[in-house]
Amino acid sequence: MEVNAEARRILAVSISKLYASRTQRGGLRLHRSLLLSMVMRSARDIYHSSRECEGPAGAQPASEEPMDTTPNPEEQPGLPEPEPQPALNSTEPAQEESDSSEEDSDTEITEDKENLSPARQSRKRRGKASAAPDFLPSKRARLEPGEERYAAPLGSWRLPGRVEPPPLSLPPSLPPQQRSAEQRAEKKPDAGRKV
Amino acid sequence: LRKAGVKLNDTDCFVQDHADIFLPLSRSASCVAADIISTVEFNSSGELLATGDKGGRVVVFQREQESKSQPQRRGEYNVYSTFQSHEPEFDYLKSLEIEEKINKIKWLPQQNAAYFLLSTNDKTVKLWKISERDKRPEGYNLKDEDGRIRNPSTITSLRVPVLQPMDLMVEATARRVFSNAHTYHINSISVNSDLQTFISTDDLRVNLWNLEITDRSFNIVDIKPANMEELTEVITSAEFHPQHCHTFAYSSSKGSIRLCDMRQAALCDKHCKYFEEPEDPSTRSFFSEIISSISDVKFSHNGRYLMTRDYLTVKVWDLQMENKPLETYQVHDYLRGKLCSLYENDCIFDKFECVWNGSDSVIMTGSYNNFFRMFDRNTKRDVTLEASRENSKPRAILKPRKVCVGGKRRKDEISVDSLDFSKKILHTTWHPHENIIAVAATNNLYIFQDKVN
Repeated sequence: MEVNAEARRILAVSISKLYASRTQRGGLRLHRSLLLSMVMRSARDIYHSSRECEGPAGAQPASEEPMDTTPNPEEQPGLPEPEPQPALNSTEPAQEESDSSEEDSDTEITEDKENLSPARQSRKRRGKASAAPDFLPSKRARLEPGEERYAAPLGSWRLPGRVEPPPLSLPPSLPPQQRSAEQRAEKKPDAGRKV
Repeated sequence: LRKAGVKLNDTDCFVQDHADIFLPLSRSASCVAADIISTVEFNSSGELLATGDKGGRVVVFQREQESKSQPQRRGEYNVYSTFQSHEPEFDYLKSLEIEEKINKIKWLPQQNAAYFLLSTNDKTVKLWKISERDKRPEGYNLKDEDGRIRNPSTITSLRVPVLQPMDLMVEATARRVFSNAHTYHINSISVNSDLQTFISTDDLRVNLWNLEITDRSFNIVDIKPANMEELTEVITSAEFHPQHCHTFAYSSSKGSIRLCDMRQAALCDKHCKYFEEPEDPSTRSFFSEIISSISDVKFSHNGRYLMTRDYLTVKVWDLQMENKPLETYQVHDYLRGKLCSLYENDCIFDKFECVWNGSDSVIMTGSYNNFFRMFDRNTKRDVTLEASRENSKPRAILKPRKVCVGGKRRKDEISVDSLDFSKKILHTTWHPHENIIAVAATNNLYIFQDKVN
């Protein structure tokens, strides 16, 4: 479907722009980042609705998962990517899994995330993109002790839609909800007015 | 700095129809070779023209006095002063480089012999004083002509230093530095009609300063949400009303303009007027939000209208009518079908400015291929002109250009696909009283004038 293909292309272009803007001189530009995220959201919505038309979509979260403020020296304080962009997740290093399980209230998935093994839930968010686009360097996330690495098919740029979950395995010693306090605290709400 | 008379292209100008035929008056050689001009501004008398560039420099041009011997030659603009306004800085706390690029220059009206302007980069506003010195004191007691301290034992008499004429020197000194008030990038500054205060605006906040006080500013607009993830719009520009010192307007990335009255409350988060045109659903695309983002907002000189520029149009709003603009002008609607490519090459993020002429009858804005457009609000005629070296020969009259939007291309027309998108005119300014315009085309400054016989 042509709209589908265009949406994918726009998403790919947007991701690379967002990626490039982090190394821009003068720091992240809020206005530009906001506009990029809006385009990405439109493209993602169009892609989703076109996939819905095609066939039953996989039970994947289509929700707005808030973007994490990764401790990145290039970002300004209190300045995460303005709009939640799950499609970005595949390019972000070491995504905080704690966010997706704590703020799951608006996900549409039917599977019981809480009781899944961490082996199934690797640290990369699988919801939107199962692999990094091949034009970006792949980043491997750091694993918690006890977690296994879920081998994702790299090199194929697949957009949100059908991602086959691996077979469930027995929960190991580290269930998902036992995140370290550090991980939870890392997401600090931006409060108050500062000039 | 010496007052330099840079030899510029000279043109004798003659024109039949005012306001839509312009001729090159002068074109400055790129004073700083590869540096891109990032702002241009006439002062309130039109005698001076300031440009700021990406390298943090400000170059001020001054109009030559008309000479009796050559009455036909209207005053050309010569370089008057050049100074380094801003330097690159490094914010150690955030590990961010702060660009020295001059985002905006605003002149203060002249109140004495010196000239004052405000210049800003992303984080810091500075007040510069530009003054002439044509005398210097000579005959000091304690130091000799070179400035070396004299041996006191050789001083046998007392004398009073006398002011002697010297070659004219133009000096620029930073009189105030207004810093540390903006977390985000400053996009605009505006001097109040009270001539005592000014505002500086970043993506989320508008701050009010007193020109005399640098260690304090008042935040008067703050649209930062408690949770940054809920951010949906940013402020793109703000300007004071030209006559009412209590009124200012700010534009947003969503295509709306808010008018605020500072008498209502200390914090002007509540607007007193809200201007927005409902979106036309038939033109909706992936890029609707980007192209509706307002890149510039300007009050008319008479204070009755507002003009806004978004990616494809210029709109004139009546301050009394909030639900739709009074007039909409298509700048380059042929780009509507090319938005995807313009997104890929980043052009869709270009921020074009717009400007009124002195009588508010004509508006002007830039486009690509070094084209700029003028719209006559009364006659409803518009013209496309080009700023290029070929057009700036002496005695040349600027020929109107036309973009061919499909079908047969006429001889003089240019097709959309042949447009050079790297040549963009983002910054223009119009003399406050006369039909003289200055147009920045990357690193070249073009000054055009029309002259009625």
